[in-house]
Amino acid sequence: MNAMVKNAMDDMVLEDRFGIFGGQYAPETLMSALMELEEELKKAYADPSFLKELDELLKQYAGRETPLYFAENLTKKLSGAKIYLKREDLNHTGSHKINNVIGQALLAKRMGKNRIIAETGAGQHGVAAATISAKMGLECDVFMGAEDIRRQAQNVYKMKILGARVHSVDAGTGTLKDATNEAIRDWIARVEDTHYIIGSVVGPHPYPVMVRNFQRVIGLEAKKQILQQEGMLPDAVVACVGGGSNAIGLFHPFIEDHTVDIVGVEAAGLGLDTGQHAAALNCGSVGVIHGMLTYLMQNKQGGIEPVHSISAGLDYPGIGPEHAYLHDSGRGRYEAVTDQESVEAFHLLTRSEGIIPALESSHALAQVIKMAPSMSQEQIIVMNLSGRGDKDIHTIMESEGKA
Amino acid sequence: MKRLDNRFKLLKENGKKALIPFITAGDPDMNTTIQLVSELEKAGADIIELGLPYSDPLADGPVLQRAASRALDKGMDTDRYLEMVAEIRKKTELPLVCLGYVNSLLQYGWDLFGKRAEEAGLDAVIIPDLPKEARFFEGHALSPLPITEIRLVAPTSGTRIKEIAENAEGFLYCIASRGVTGSRTSLSEDLQDFMSMVRGESNCPTALGFGISSPEMVAEIRDLADGFIVGSALVEKIEEDLRNGSDFSEALKFVVELRSALDQ
Repeated sequence: MNAMVKNAMDDMVLEDRFGIFGGQYAPETLMSALMELEEELKKAYADPSFLKELDELLKQYAGRETPLYFAENLTKKLSGAKIYLKREDLNHTGSHKINNVIGQALLAKRMGKNRIIAETGAGQHGVAAATISAKMGLECDVFMGAEDIRRQAQNVYKMKILGARVHSVDAGTGTLKDATNEAIRDWIARVEDTHYIIGSVVGPHPYPVMVRNFQRVIGLEAKKQILQQEGMLPDAVVACVGGGSNAIGLFHPFIEDHTVDIVGVEAAGLGLDTGQHAAALNCGSVGVIHGMLTYLMQNKQGGIEPVHSISAGLDYPGIGPEHAYLHDSGRGRYEAVTDQESVEAFHLLTRSEGIIPALESSHALAQVIKMAPSMSQEQIIVMNLSGRGDKDIHTIMESEGKA
Repeated sequence: MKRLDNRFKLLKENGKKALIPFITAGDPDMNTTIQLVSELEKAGADIIELGLPYSDPLADGPVLQRAASRALDKGMDTDRYLEMVAEIRKKTELPLVCLGYVNSLLQYGWDLFGKRAEEAGLDAVIIPDLPKEARFFEGHALSPLPITEIRLVAPTSGTRIKEIAENAEGFLYCIASRGVTGSRTSLSEDLQDFMSMVRGESNCPTALGFGISSPEMVAEIRDLADGFIVGSALVEKIEEDLRNGSDFSEALKFVVELRSALDQ
């Protein structure tokens, strides 16, 4: 068995709360399914055949482990800290999302559930869910906001040719939170034959901890790789945060390493003072969304406020409860980067390294661009390049008035 | 609390079932709701469930989502909701039950909501996304409210049924079908088993809701519970009436039909 995966499972604690955050604010109809899922998760982790199959799929199907790439040109350009990119963009389906769907699809099969549903923002999670469903012979329905369907036409088509049905969600703002509402509603209706693969570290327990544990492979690999390549821990780990699955996957194995600065990057959209952003930790308050207690963008009535980001994957009004905890406890710091800054970072990486990053990951990159120059050349930043940018080309063209 | 208990007691003595219409407060505006409650009472309602509109109602289907949007667009909020309840309470002793999502109550202030709800004359509250496991906010257990908290139990509740049913007060809200609110043409076949299990665990009155859509359906299942909650099917009629400017004639006719189906 891959030592990384084994290690991820050995440390398994199924926290239902992170400090005060998390919990299960779910309709009664779902409670038994959530408990069944938690039980199955415990059984699976104790089952060597599950771990072996997961490990094989991560290796042979997803293409792990992913490289930790020294971005030499970018480092020179910024003339500060050494910049390493964890290349999650090189995974099958083009992002870290595959790590989680493989694990959850295996669980669905164990529970005898033959239908998968998923919500998706940018479409990366939807594509990953459709992909694994095709491989495992599962029925797949994906819920996607109408606005996101427009922004991510290519991913929508990909899901369709993979055999998934894509449902357009017009309610509310027609983005990720509405797609999530609709997926939860569908799950309530068909909870007995359906497993809901939530794509991020959000939702009622056990989702945040389960998805964290499936994504933790990112940080475990990165830690081993940086120790091999540099012989020391990084000074900072940086990742973008929408719901926060790629970020927690990278951060979690470093939480006990107190010399490592943990930096999450939220979407500042048009600017934090414009109201057009998706920065739940920077600007939100504590409440309940999608079955969890966390920070979210809300009005005085507790109504969920529309949010904005150029990146569909960050366009989410809440945030994973473990990030809320890292934020409040001071172990993590959460910065915010604007649409404009992320587009500039997108171009900089593309031109300097020949790597086209997803707009989500470009937010993390923009933060690295701010941090690196003021750090010394002996210092190291590990950034999660969570996905590739092919899906965003149209958005970039639009932003430059060329579409 | 008394009003609710008394109503079920009285119904039982007369061998009758409770008809519990659901409407969204402030749909399309406050005055209409106040007027509608009084019309519903005349048409045969025993208890009114008044939805506190929420932006992201997870347990509701499209009809009630639309109703909530209409109300929110007109500026309905928790303060206005409570004022409206107080207004209704001046004119009637009908038991009034709030359906509100947990985040609405938490942001208003849990204890403050309880206090004001009692003052306004609400009898109970149903919180569809607050199972017993989740009664925490900001690290503290939520204190019991001064008004009755109606518990929900679902066909999927399985081993949870006993604990939920045992401590039920007011009435036990029994979810009649899988899925979110919304009218359905048929209810699940195992409804009978589910209800006998629930009634075996509790002496509290039971009310079936979710998916109850017609007088025929109500007549078919009238022996399974002490009360019947009709929401989406009614709100759909209200929508129709609003479109036709027909003064809720369809909606009220529907309630009268439900009443007679229950009284057969």
